Formats: sequence, structure tokens, C-alpha cells
Amino acid sequence: MRKIEAAKITKAVMELVRKASFFLRSDVLSALRKSYMIEKNKRAKKILKAVLDNAAYAAKQKLAICQDTGLPIVFLEVGQDVAVHGDLKAAINKGIKEGYKKYYLRNSIISDPLHRGKPEFSPCIIHADIIKGNKIKLTLLPKGFGCENKSQLKMFKPTAGIEEIREFIIKTVKDAGPDACPPYVIGVGIGGTADYSGTMSKKALLRKISPKNSKLEKDLLKQINKTGIGPMGLGGINTALAVHIQAHPTHIAGLPVSVNISCHALRSASVTL
Amino acid sequence: MKKIITPLDLDTIKSLKAGQELLLNGTIYTARDQAHKRLVEAIKAGKSLPIELKNAVIYYCGPTQTPKNKVIGACGPTTSSRMDDFTPLLLSKGLKAMIGKGARSIEVRVAIKKHKGAYFVTYAGCGALLAKCVKKSKVVAYNDLGPEAILKLEVKDFPLIVAIDANGGSIYG
Repeated sequence: MRKIEAAKITKAVMELVRKASFFLRSDVLSALRKSYMIEKNKRAKKILKAVLDNAAYAAKQKLAICQDTGLPIVFLEVGQDVAVHGDLKAAINKGIKEGYKKYYLRNSIISDPLHRGKPEFSPCIIHADIIKGNKIKLTLLPKGFGCENKSQLKMFKPTAGIEEIREFIIKTVKDAGPDACPPYVIGVGIGGTADYSGTMSKKALLRKISPKNSKLEKDLLKQINKTGIGPMGLGGINTALAVHIQAHPTHIAGLPVSVNISCHALRSASVTL
Repeated sequence: MKKIITPLDLDTIKSLKAGQELLLNGTIYTARDQAHKRLVEAIKAGKSLPIELKNAVIYYCGPTQTPKNKVIGACGPTTSSRMDDFTPLLLSKGLKAMIGKGARSIEVRVAIKKHKGAYFVTYAGCGALLAKCVKKSKVVAYNDLGPEAILKLEVKDFPLIVAIDANGGSIYG
């Protein structure tokens, strides 16, 4: 069985923090450049230009792309033939804490959600999965909360049609309106359970933005971009950059659907050890 | 582009129209959720406030830590609607304008018109770029709140769009 030292994981997580916070994902950048090119609304174009300038300036100055450096979410995939020497969860959280401190990011984590108190740099949320092989894959998604606040879950009847689901997704985007930094990336989780659909809707944000999308995803994107919300909610044809759907088997009695919205500063980074 | 300078006088405020783009120069204070809660609690308890609200401009912002050799870290706007419940009282106590992102409640719009104030939005999700406009930054209250502390910022040509004007006109319709 292959062994990995916990210290190596801490170091890798620190590097993910740096990469995700200072450098916008290349697929997101490409999508933003494309929306800038096709945008007709003058103000929307100016806003998209600022968004692109911001990404370039952040990378150059080693500044966070957005002051909301998120609630760090780590998707951990552990090979069944690998053993970690040390405390894996503690190693990940140490990497988050040290990384956020080192790179002057924001301490946005409240340890007691009811009584609040002084914000800290950690802990992160870890979603773990077991995979084949002897490697460990770590993906960091620092999720900003302006957009996280606009997430919605609906437990549909099993007899509900696609049309109702489509309406729910569009309504969620309209409810977010100008507030959550459009153009958005829309993650959708369909099936599973209430919590599992939520996790899927978040994982869907990790998928690379590309032209390879299902018919439903393409149709939804068109419909969302017809709402006219636009960048900063001030009008335009770019309300969303992509719609990504993940599905999973569910129960005969239900049909959970979760929608997770990401702002245009969709940040994530991965490493395989 | 029109420049405005703090403190914003009544004539300037009255001249602004929803949709207009501006560059702001002068002093603004950061305050977000917890700072708003404390300010409103202090007002209700009849206690003195740690900042002068009269003619003040509040920026809904919680920056990152300040990197070495920089004035401030990334410092873009946060969602304004979370401050809606607190805003009318602050406006009644002299607050002149707010900077944030996104729409406001009807109550805030009415209070802005009543007290002759303004609500501005700035480039959302552009915290790195906006840091360029901040020339000085100093914690003036609630240091224990970390990134939610109240900072006094000196800004130069800080870009704004008038979202709600003193006549109640709104860019969000």
C-alpha cells in the first residue's frame, strides 16, 4: 500500500489556496472573454471589461480576485490503496488555515453559526469519496457566500415534469437577480436525496465550461440569458456563462432538485498526489 | 465622468440621477452585517456611535487581510440587501449614501427619498481592481469583528453607478 505523509497534503492544499484565489480558472476566463465579445449592451460590456481587468490585475498583483475568498470546500477523493501517515482531515485544515494566512486572504469562517464571534480562517468543509487506485485527488472550491445565499432546494413530486424543473431553475436565477454577481454559472443537482442533490449542484460547478453540454443545459442557458438580468443586473445578454447539471438515481417517491449559483468569480483548483 | 467629493452636500445629492456613472473622492466607512447590527443596537440603546453618521458614506465591504506593502487587500462590495433592515434608521440619523451591490427593499428606497440620500453600486466581484482606488485605510471601530470591522478609507476616483437617487428613482426599475 502506498503511503503519503500528511505534511505533503498540507503543502498541496496551501498551493491550491494560492492558485484558486489569485488565478481565475482558464475556462471561466475564456467564457468571460466570449461574453465580453458578444455583449451588445454598452454598460454590460464595460462591466465585463472590469471583470476581465480585475482577473488580470489580481494575478499580477497576487491579490485575491474577490474579497470574499469563500468558505473553502474540499472535494477529497482517496484511492483505496493509499494510506495517509498522520491525520488527513487535520492536514487539510492546516493547509487551508496556513494558506489563507500566508496569502492574506479573508478570515470569513464563524465557528458558532448562532452566536457568531470573531471570524477564523478554517475549518473547511470536506466531501470525501473513495476511488480506485493509490492516489489522492484534492479539489478546492472557495465558495463566495453572496452567491451561496441564493441556493435553492425543491423536493418535487416524482410525477413532476421537466417543465416544472426548468421553471424552478429559472426562478432561482431570477430570485438571485442582480445580487450575486452575474454572469453566473448555474450548478444543478437532480435526484439522490435533499443533501445529495445539494452536493451534486456544487460539484457541477467544478465541471469545465465547454461547448459540450446536454440539450437541457443549452436550452436553460438560452432561457436564462433571455431574462435580461445581465452583468451586475443592469441589463444585457450575459446573465449566465453555463448551466451544468448532475443527476443521480433517486427514490420512487421523490425528485429532489438543488440549484447552486456561482458568481462570475468561480474559483477552483485541483491536484493529484 | 462627473466626480463627487465627500462630504456630499445636498445640491450634489439632488443632482444625481439613477443610472449615472460617477467617480467618488474622499472619505468612506466600511460596514457590513455585524457592524450594522451593532450601530443600530447602539442607536436604540441611546449610546454614542464610534463614527459620525452625519453625512457619512458607508461602503458594504469586508476586505481581505492587507498584504505587505499594500494599503488594502481585495475590497469589492458585498450584497446590499442584507443591510436593508438596518438602513432606514441609519439614514434617519444622518447617513447620506451607501455603496454596495444589488437591489434594495422598498423601505430603503422610500427612506432614501425621504432623507435625500443615495445608493450607489460599484463593480461587483472586482475587489482586486477596486483596491487601486483606496489610498488610505484605518480601523476605526469594532476591531474584534475582523474583516467586518469599520474601516475609514480615503478613496480616489472610486467608480460608482447611481442605483437609487434622492427622488427614489432606481436603476433596477
